[in-house]
Amino acid sequence: MLFRIEPRAETSRFMKHAAPLLSALLAMAAGSLLFLFIGHDPAYAFYVFFIVPVSDLYGIGELCLKTSPILLCAIGLAIGFRANVWNIGAEGQLIAGAICGGGLALQLQAFDGIWVLPAMFVAGALGGMAWAAVAAFLRIRFNANEILVTLMLTYIAGLFLSYLVYGPWRSPTGFNWPESTALHEAARLPRLLAGTHLNLGFPIALVVACAAWLFIRHSYLAYQMEVGGKAIKAARYAGFGRHRMIWMGLLIGGACAGLAGVVEVAGTIGKLREVVSPGYGFAAIIVAYIGRLNPLGIVLASLLMALFYIGGEQAKVTLGVPSAITGIFQGTLLFFLLMSDLLISYKLKWTGFSTASGLSEPHGNG
Amino acid sequence: MAEINFIVILLIATVTAATPLMLASLGELVAERSGVLNLGVEGMMLVGASVAFAVAASSGSLLLGTVCGALAGALMSLVFAFLTLSCMANQVATGLALTIFGIGVSAYIGSGFTGVSLEVSGPLVVPFISDVTILGTFLLGLEPLTYVTIVLFFCVRWFLYKSRPGLMLRAVGDVPDAAHAIGFSVLGVRYLAVMFGGAMAGVAGAFLSVYYTPVWVENMTAGRGWIAVALVVFAAWNPTRIMFGALLFGGVTILQFHIQSANLGIPTQFLTMLPYAATIAVLVIISSDRARILLNTPASLAVPFRP
Repeated sequence: MLFRIEPRAETSRFMKHAAPLLSALLAMAAGSLLFLFIGHDPAYAFYVFFIVPVSDLYGIGELCLKTSPILLCAIGLAIGFRANVWNIGAEGQLIAGAICGGGLALQLQAFDGIWVLPAMFVAGALGGMAWAAVAAFLRIRFNANEILVTLMLTYIAGLFLSYLVYGPWRSPTGFNWPESTALHEAARLPRLLAGTHLNLGFPIALVVACAAWLFIRHSYLAYQMEVGGKAIKAARYAGFGRHRMIWMGLLIGGACAGLAGVVEVAGTIGKLREVVSPGYGFAAIIVAYIGRLNPLGIVLASLLMALFYIGGEQAKVTLGVPSAITGIFQGTLLFFLLMSDLLISYKLKWTGFSTASGLSEPHGNG
Repeated sequence: MAEINFIVILLIATVTAATPLMLASLGELVAERSGVLNLGVEGMMLVGASVAFAVAASSGSLLLGTVCGALAGALMSLVFAFLTLSCMANQVATGLALTIFGIGVSAYIGSGFTGVSLEVSGPLVVPFISDVTILGTFLLGLEPLTYVTIVLFFCVRWFLYKSRPGLMLRAVGDVPDAAHAIGFSVLGVRYLAVMFGGAMAGVAGAFLSVYYTPVWVENMTAGRGWIAVALVVFAAWNPTRIMFGALLFGGVTILQFHIQSANLGIPTQFLTMLPYAATIAVLVIISSDRARILLNTPASLAVPFRP
């Protein structure tokens, strides 16, 4: 053993904030190595992956566009994770939100008031909440593990959306493609910047992030949830109900993911189709962690994650590598974070090549 | 005779559909019994499936593909073991990371193989030949890997309950401090158990891509890895109950195919939902008995150990 792991006397605040940066750098380095391994010039590949996509206004618009759903999902998840509620099904709650918000828009095609969009957002948030509520109910009433339930519900939501766009909601004029009719103008998010696709979804996501920051910082409920997450016994002693935390954790996560679903349907996609998200709900889990469950950190982390997505697309076009490389990047990023987290509570001590085992302690200066 | 043959075919299909669940669940069982909760089964299965398919398609050898699938699964689990055991990372988060990573890696490995089909010398299904007994038809109809799975089941059961290393493994999962104090290497045992789980998940994936379908499709495990994790809970960490649980789920899968082909006008998506809905239903039934779950869960499951 070259290193020995030693506990720190107190956790390192520096490492707590440096670890996400360190892991992002390590993930990028590992990515460059991967490119080298598959026969591309790593410097050029790095340039194509991380610089080209955001080198003009259009690219930055795309970056913010991709950031919005990831940020929304991650904010909701982080509030749950703080309370130790393992909602892994943001993807399914996003789909539920897309179904409810998009479905409402399809029913309201005759109306074009400015209330249509807000109504869609309310419907989407309620849809996401309802989907998450199933998991909360089963967890509280029957003690069913929320990780497995939210995941299974994700598959079910995806299949239900597939049923809708192949069946009752299929566009009659869509050449038999599995998609709904395009949403009418009043149900679309307005564009913000000429020359880009950037829409109102991004500011909405930022507002939600600010609201989450206020909630975490200033509300008694968030405090209770956090105590419940960190020390269940202390929370019980203080009389903070665990059930209420599970409900709040899952409902907030569901609502945010539902909003993300509406942002996608009313923004980028503009209709309902079989696939409304390339896994934003799962990427958001990573983002919540990299952002240290802190809204500001999550904003930065979701920008990075969005860059992984558009970098992957760019690399596919320019270098001809499969866009699946994005998934590899996402996974490696979280691996490195989990690894560098060790340095928060422990320090590595160089022991050289000679130490045979942990038993032979050095004898100090004497 | 026709009905009996139909039942036999149904049985073969059920056992075959249950095989990957049995493999992945038995592997996860051993890992969890040593005190490690690896939620990355889905990711390890996918990587196993893609590697096995790529190797089988390139080399023409299904066996070589399966072996490489097992190795790929074990390699994936080694990453998990290093992070959770040596770096003491949170097991739930690391398992999720492993699944996300596995989805990416498998899509990458498989990207050159979509649309490729394997030359498979399939099982000898000879359903309507009268001189073969019903039992013979059944036995001939199963995949060789299914037999391997059954042998592995008996090995795992014997190992856990009748062998000394198995006792050590259970001790490590229940009271790691005591096991450490009497000189067992807790981390060593856990590393091996996690890697066994990874290899089994890899074989489970290989079974899907090389024998069952046999094609490579992105995300082809479709949640089976998660169902395998759930099965371990359903079975209250008991290998025999895992086998029955897997058969139940294999049955649900086959039932869904048969309703689909019976053309009852039920949209296929609702039928495809059945295994997932069944997972939730069974999970609810099993978990509501808190005492039983508490009694059977390995006492140190998901608790990091620092020697």
